[in-house]
Amino acid sequence: MVDKKDLLTTAQMAEFVARGFLRFDELVPDDINQAVMAAFDKGGIEAAPAGTPFSQCYPEPSPIGAMLRMPAIQGIIHSLVGPDPLFDHHAIHVRQPNEGKAQGMHGDSIIDTRMHFDIQLMYFPHDVPLEMGGTLVVPGSQYRRINEMDIARYQNFAGQVPMVCKAGSLLALHHGIWHCGRQNKTDRKRYMYKIRLNPVVRQYRLWNTDDLESMTGGQKRIFTQEQNAAADVQTILGRGEPWYEDGGGRLEIVNRVKMWRFLTGDDRFDVHYWLTRLENMPERRLAA
Amino acid sequence: MSQQRQKVLVLYLANSALDSNVKGWTLYDGTGQEAHTTGDSDRPPYANGLDALLDGWRVIQFPQLIPPYPGLEYATSFQMNEFIFEKLEMIDG
Repeated sequence: MVDKKDLLTTAQMAEFVARGFLRFDELVPDDINQAVMAAFDKGGIEAAPAGTPFSQCYPEPSPIGAMLRMPAIQGIIHSLVGPDPLFDHHAIHVRQPNEGKAQGMHGDSIIDTRMHFDIQLMYFPHDVPLEMGGTLVVPGSQYRRINEMDIARYQNFAGQVPMVCKAGSLLALHHGIWHCGRQNKTDRKRYMYKIRLNPVVRQYRLWNTDDLESMTGGQKRIFTQEQNAAADVQTILGRGEPWYEDGGGRLEIVNRVKMWRFLTGDDRFDVHYWLTRLENMPERRLAA
Repeated sequence: MSQQRQKVLVLYLANSALDSNVKGWTLYDGTGQEAHTTGDSDRPPYANGLDALLDGWRVIQFPQLIPPYPGLEYATSFQMNEFIFEKLEMIDG
């Protein structure tokens, strides 16, 4: 059972809906990080078959299991995909020392247009300085309809985020986010453990929703930054990314609104009136 | 003996105007002098597409303006405003 204090807040959930990832720096204690690194060096971590209930994976003793069973990480998982999701797959990604190039930009698996989403956790068991690369993510790319490496020609985007971090840091990602393994220019191997989880329940208000109402509010004045200054859900979902095109950036906000409606069941929720305006199709006729 | 080699610059701009701001960028260097790869730069090489022209790049492809497919008017996908440039440089062969 997940303690409510370990669940994500409404602001964190809105951040995930807007940007497609959440970052938790130095979340995992060093004894677990060290044990995981030792397990990697011994030859890897055994994976369960795809579709196995997550609770049956990594039986003790397992350093990866110890990491994933941390209450804070259980809270992240529960908030995003609910109780006892299915294990999809895991991978220990290794970037070799002084490699010639980075991995191409891509989205994992294949094109996936569901509103329901899988999550991927990326765990960095050792320090990752900039010259070592770190996984690079493109914030807010998760709703773009692309298929795997079709986007490999994109080298750089304004506002891209290289995961430069201390040991024990974690990323929680929407399945669709664009990312790549950056080039490792050091003389040491870089490790990253990734796990994909599939929900088995409808993703409906799974986080700590105590503040949902106060964080949502009614329609705001549009195009007024000052009015939208409070960090509520509308503000968080209305923030563009530096790489968004002028027109496409507006559509990304619509994508976020649709996801927020899906997650909350609130079909009147909107940001900047984008959807409400389109939904206004009056049929009432004036009397002749 | 000197020979020509092609450098290719791809700029992803804010809209369909060549002088709009750079949002994404890619470089391939046929001279072999530079090796660019994913995630190797946080700063765009130019502020906008016109600045690339002013620096000697030649546009070789403008993005076509294609109406959205019916039913996909609100879907987002690839970067729409992809401008491709080239520079020809001499190398010692």
